[in-house]
Amino acid sequence: MIQSRAGFVELRDLTLGYDRHPAVHHLSGCFEAGSLTAVIGPNGAGKSTLLKAIAGTLKPIGGSLSMGLDPARLAYLPQLAELDRDFPISVEDLIGTGFWREIGPFGQYSRKDRSQITDALAKVGLSGFNKRLLGTLSGGQLQRVMFARLMVQDAEVILIDEPFAAIDTKTVSDLMELVRQWHKEGRTIIAVLHDMGLVAEFFSECLILARECVAWGPTEHVLNSDNLSKARAMIEANDPHADECERAA
Amino acid sequence: MTLWSNVFDFIIAPFVEFSFMRRALVGSIALSIGAGPIGVFLMLRRMSLVGDAMAHAILPGAALGYLLAGLSLGFMTAGGLIAGFVVALLAGLVTRVTVLKEDAALASFYLISLAGGVVLVSLRGSNVDLLHVLFGSVLALDDNTLLLLATAATISLFSLAILFRPLVMECVDPLFLRTVSKSGGVAHISFLALVVLNLVAGFHALGTLLSVGLMMLPAFAARFWSSTLEGMMAVATLLGIGSSCIGIILSYHAGTPTGPTIILSAGGIYLLSILFGQRNGLILRLMPRKHLVA
Repeated sequence: MIQSRAGFVELRDLTLGYDRHPAVHHLSGCFEAGSLTAVIGPNGAGKSTLLKAIAGTLKPIGGSLSMGLDPARLAYLPQLAELDRDFPISVEDLIGTGFWREIGPFGQYSRKDRSQITDALAKVGLSGFNKRLLGTLSGGQLQRVMFARLMVQDAEVILIDEPFAAIDTKTVSDLMELVRQWHKEGRTIIAVLHDMGLVAEFFSECLILARECVAWGPTEHVLNSDNLSKARAMIEANDPHADECERAA
Repeated sequence: MTLWSNVFDFIIAPFVEFSFMRRALVGSIALSIGAGPIGVFLMLRRMSLVGDAMAHAILPGAALGYLLAGLSLGFMTAGGLIAGFVVALLAGLVTRVTVLKEDAALASFYLISLAGGVVLVSLRGSNVDLLHVLFGSVLALDDNTLLLLATAATISLFSLAILFRPLVMECVDPLFLRTVSKSGGVAHISFLALVVLNLVAGFHALGTLLSVGLMMLPAFAARFWSSTLEGMMAVATLLGIGSSCIGIILSYHAGTPTGPTIILSAGGIYLLSILFGQRNGLILRLMPRKHLVA
């Protein structure tokens, strides 16, 4: 159980981007400690970019971002495309990397760590998969393994980027059950999603992003067709001749 | 009895009789031990051609060492190491700060480096010397060269043990590694340094071009015998050692140049592995076997 209430993520006039073109523009707000937020919006809206910045792998080009916790207490699950599935590594070893913060590049797994790995595998419904190689898993099984690693990371803030792309409904509901569990334990969860039904059913908070913030608040107030069509109207391409942004910070 | 003595004459006697044969064996075994596991990582990272590029890149350094001090082990080794590290670092830098990807950056610098090397060698020295650098002389390894090969193998194994976990994660899940640690970049650069070290050590024995063969061919073959990383590294090392033994003995009896014969042996083992390998070997695939229930 996470006791502290420090797991918030606050964005102050945050601008993120690539090559000076903003992908997230002047975004302000706060993911409260223990909140369960869905980030939705069209492709190119800056959802993944936002998660990257919170995870600390992308530096803001404007504004700032602060967290009420040690960055080590944060776990980030990027889109599966970033993973090399052909590499010969076992499920157990991959989940074990979730202990990196504790044991570093050289430390040994303790017996407790090993049993935690086995427990996590059982919780995601993959008991006995310890020695299986990554390349032998189906898409759904692989995502279950990644959730098992999130579990052993035992983080206060959990970022999940489109976890349910090309995943069947059984796996989605199993994994959402875990997300609900984490929420109950008081962890802060930020998930990028495309399934509005799922968002409405499980997520209490919702951020609709279309490069700029379209709406951010309790899902029942925010998730409506007005806001969604506003988000869809976002201009896709970045203008190569765009002027410098003069908006006051 | 006669069969046994024939086998003895064929395999053992050359090594008993000639010390240069024993030296060749020790040197190429040392090289196999260091280069085998590195080749496996290169293959798994889809960097199989990087060894080749690096081999070309170290040539001007070795040539410069040669221009300064003739066929001196120390100078040529230092020159090769420096040229290799410089090319690796420049390529890494260009990859990080420009739009060019790693393969393009590496290719550009090795081409510049290789052209420079050929020009340097032609300024002084005959073609024979160039052949020495390109194809080595595994039958003329002196004590210092053997020590160099053994040192390179030792450094490689210890460094790989230290780098192992970051290196694996840098291959499988680099984004995750970046969120938990900064060791990814260090692991990558150190790994390239190990590639350079092994190639430089190898060029005295097999030459710049052929030492890549002893690094990569056993690794490719190992893919057909094991499905785990540890297994592949062990198999690659053993196959490298096997290729060395077979190549040296064959070249002795057939009177062929030893370095290329070693690589041809490795190539033969590789082709046999494609055919008969336990993991996805072609013969196994062609054999009609019933599928399992689950």
